[in-house]
Amino acid sequence: MTATTADAPPPGLRLPRRRGTELVLLVGAVLISVYGYIDVGLARQNAVPGDAVSYGAGLGALALLGHLAVRWRAPYADPLLLPIAVLLNGLGLVLIFRLDLETPRNQAAPTQLVWSALGVALFAAVVLLLRDHRVLQRYAYVSVAAGLALMIVPIFFPAVNGAKIWIRVAGFSFQPGEFAKILLTVFFAAYLAANRNALAHTGRRMWRYQFPTGRVLGPILTIWLVSVGVLVLERDLGTSLLFFGVFVVLLYVATGRTGWIAMGLLLAAAGAAAVGSLEPHVHSRVSDWLHPFASIDAGHGAGQLAQSLFAFAAGGMLGTGLGEGHSALIGFAMKSDFILATFGEELGLVGLTALFLLYALLVARGYRAGLALRDPFGRLLAVGLASLLAIQVFVIAGGVMGLIPLTGMAMPFLAQGGSSVVTNWVIVALLIRISDSARRPDPAAAEPGIIAAMRPGGGPSGASAGPYEEEDTPYRSGYGFGGSKERDR
Amino acid sequence: MNRYIRRASVFGLVLLVALLLNAARIQVFRADAYDANPANRRTALTRYSQPRGNILVDGKPVTGSRDSGGRLRYERTYTEGPLYAAVTGHASQIYGTSLLEHAEDGVLSGTDPRLAPVPLWTDITREQQPGGDVRTTIDVAAQRAAFEGLGGKKGAVAAVEPRTGKILALASTPSYDPNELAGTGRPVTAAWDRLNHGAEQPMLNRALRQTYPPGSAFKVITAAAALDHHKVTGLDAPTRTPDPYILPGTSTRLGNEAGGCANASLRHAFEVSCNTVFARLGVDVGLDGMAGTAENFGFNDAGLRIPSTAARSNFDTDMNDAQLALSAIGQYDTTATPLQMAVVAAAVANDGEVRAPYLVDKVTDADGGTVSTTRQRTLHRAMSRGTARHLQELMTGVVTRGTGSNAAIDGATVGGKTGTAQHGAHNEGTPYAWFISWAERDGARDPAVAVAVVVEDAAANRADISGGGSAAPIARAVMRAALR
Repeated sequence: MTATTADAPPPGLRLPRRRGTELVLLVGAVLISVYGYIDVGLARQNAVPGDAVSYGAGLGALALLGHLAVRWRAPYADPLLLPIAVLLNGLGLVLIFRLDLETPRNQAAPTQLVWSALGVALFAAVVLLLRDHRVLQRYAYVSVAAGLALMIVPIFFPAVNGAKIWIRVAGFSFQPGEFAKILLTVFFAAYLAANRNALAHTGRRMWRYQFPTGRVLGPILTIWLVSVGVLVLERDLGTSLLFFGVFVVLLYVATGRTGWIAMGLLLAAAGAAAVGSLEPHVHSRVSDWLHPFASIDAGHGAGQLAQSLFAFAAGGMLGTGLGEGHSALIGFAMKSDFILATFGEELGLVGLTALFLLYALLVARGYRAGLALRDPFGRLLAVGLASLLAIQVFVIAGGVMGLIPLTGMAMPFLAQGGSSVVTNWVIVALLIRISDSARRPDPAAAEPGIIAAMRPGGGPSGASAGPYEEEDTPYRSGYGFGGSKERDR
Repeated sequence: MNRYIRRASVFGLVLLVALLLNAARIQVFRADAYDANPANRRTALTRYSQPRGNILVDGKPVTGSRDSGGRLRYERTYTEGPLYAAVTGHASQIYGTSLLEHAEDGVLSGTDPRLAPVPLWTDITREQQPGGDVRTTIDVAAQRAAFEGLGGKKGAVAAVEPRTGKILALASTPSYDPNELAGTGRPVTAAWDRLNHGAEQPMLNRALRQTYPPGSAFKVITAAAALDHHKVTGLDAPTRTPDPYILPGTSTRLGNEAGGCANASLRHAFEVSCNTVFARLGVDVGLDGMAGTAENFGFNDAGLRIPSTAARSNFDTDMNDAQLALSAIGQYDTTATPLQMAVVAAAVANDGEVRAPYLVDKVTDADGGTVSTTRQRTLHRAMSRGTARHLQELMTGVVTRGTGSNAAIDGATVGGKTGTAQHGAHNEGTPYAWFISWAERDGARDPAVAVAVVVEDAAANRADISGGGSAAPIARAVMRAALR
């Protein structure tokens, strides 16, 4: 934690708010989406879609709503986050609208638009109601309980396409695990923020490595194991991999111990090997990945992954143009898990690179908020949410492109799926909130060293803590975690 | 903590780079392999998304396209399917293409890069070019005469223009209707099964892809070799050949169907088709000479494209004298396609020069602009000009006095040669009746047409030279049509 002091922004500096920049970028994002929408219409029906104006107005209204919420309650927020989210969501709607043309009896775009509206509403609600992200730290155990409950509930519902991750009530389906991602990340961040020193510096030393005491490690490992176990039971391995990745990243960032990464990778390898050999669903996914053309050689035609690879290949460098590809050949899940294939086929490597860079920019802004922030919980939450997006993009994009075994997961903002879109909007809302705190000139930060120096029982870790790390803010006593750290010592 | 956040962000960067490299691998480096995968239906979807270009005969399309409204949208239609099946072949959504539909597929389907007005730009815009048209050299009247002449018989006709190599007729019976194979669905697969199973083999292009023992029709080549190698002193000089002739190195006696073959002149031997004389002449010329002449006529060439590939006509290059003697009368391992035998007749009519036969005159884009024109070319000189003159005389004699009198046409000079080839283990297969001929209108500068007809003739008397009976009238009808 020694390096933080130098990196923190100088206190009292008057930062530009950049809300105008955000508005301009938002206009651009909406215009690009509307252009894509018109392009699909021109390519497929030789006419501008009749509802292009209302579509543009709808997306514009959503963007404006988000912008006003940010302008009012998070004026210092990073100006890139909201426009990127709107652009990704808009492109997703264009792709789903385009794929709807292939399935006249199954129209997904209107539903997706409703979900997007709901997502933006939640976004606005979070930005307006959550005045300080540190409040979340208080609800760490509540959120983990809620998160686990959300993940467990679908087990009692019938499996859909091999995965028990859905709740289906009266034709309305919801994937509660999506929302659990945020809750668990909040918990990880809160717990690690409170216990990072104990994790990093206490415990038994074995050979060259130091192992934390069971009391520190126990709860977090238990919860992690439970979550992974639940996911294995539900056969939703993508989310399992996602939790695992976020957990390891946060553990590393919190403690700085590379040993954790080694141990994490070891656990991952062991878990993957065990699950891969025991679970036929996973086993088939791995063999599909290793031999995507096995079904062709067997004379059964191209499998889904092979079709996906064909779609990307057909796109080439510049793509076929929106509406001109044949990604409908992928068939099932072409609007959700495999939506990236349509993107790759119709917009080419150039478009795909731009898309990946958009995600990378979103993630980078999340990390940046983490770097600029002063309280460990906020930093870990920012890093955790950003990593959540990064790993999710990697897992699903790598899956449909044959880089890693395919696991069912939604491309953030792009893919069809209400729960996913809503969840991603909440993630962006939290990042906006955190980035606002990070960039907001904070009068309290002008005199941080005093409290740090007065830390009771300040051990070696307390001394090394930077003056801007708010382990000792007035919130501290209420967190319920700080105390455990003291006791463990 | 900042250091670790930075390192975590580097991890994110590694993921990004991995995704981008993998995307480049799939979309650029491996793209061609994926595009070409037979299970990838994109090629088919694009291919059938627009009407196919047409095949033209005498400037009129004999093909069309029908919008099926299905995924593989445009289906091929044929105006007179069975008549032109041996020319066009078929274009099927399920079974691919054959013959001209196959050889000119790039132009017809619009993928040929020559169709693109600005090649590099269309690579970028991916604009699909409308299919171009293929103009054939087929003469409607000759083609119809050939097809109708063959009628219900099993056989084939090939007709070429001797001076140019243009193929005027290409017919094979029994034929089939390629309309039945266009499109998708159960009727198409049922038709395919029916056409491919059974003895009739309607989809076999007998004019181009089937080889038959040419029998006595091959004597044109043997005569050319003998004249070129000066193994006979003149057309009317006695050849001093015994009847029967004992095949060299054996005790096998080779006889004749016709009389007067002992010590016959070349003219008489040619007109009545003496086996003994030509067997001996073949041995006299020798293996190298015979093979050389046969190859100059186009035998042993597996690379002939018109642009559909023609089957290789065979004359063995490694045999003993007895086998050479039989080969010289078109038996043993000697086989030829009807097109090859038409080329033989054309070479005689064209004073010894073999012109490359071709079926496609011109390829145009959808707007009629020329994409390419076939250049006429000479393959070989098969014989000297003098020998060719002698052979013209001999072949004319066959029609005026000999076995080919059924081919005579008023107002034209016609030269021909009959042939009957027996085949099967003990010659019990249905005999093949051959007739090859050429015709030149009186007063015209150039011969108009050279024809080869082969008919599987169960009714033919084996002891007779039946080529003149069943094949010559068909050749006559084709020549008459071409002369008009």
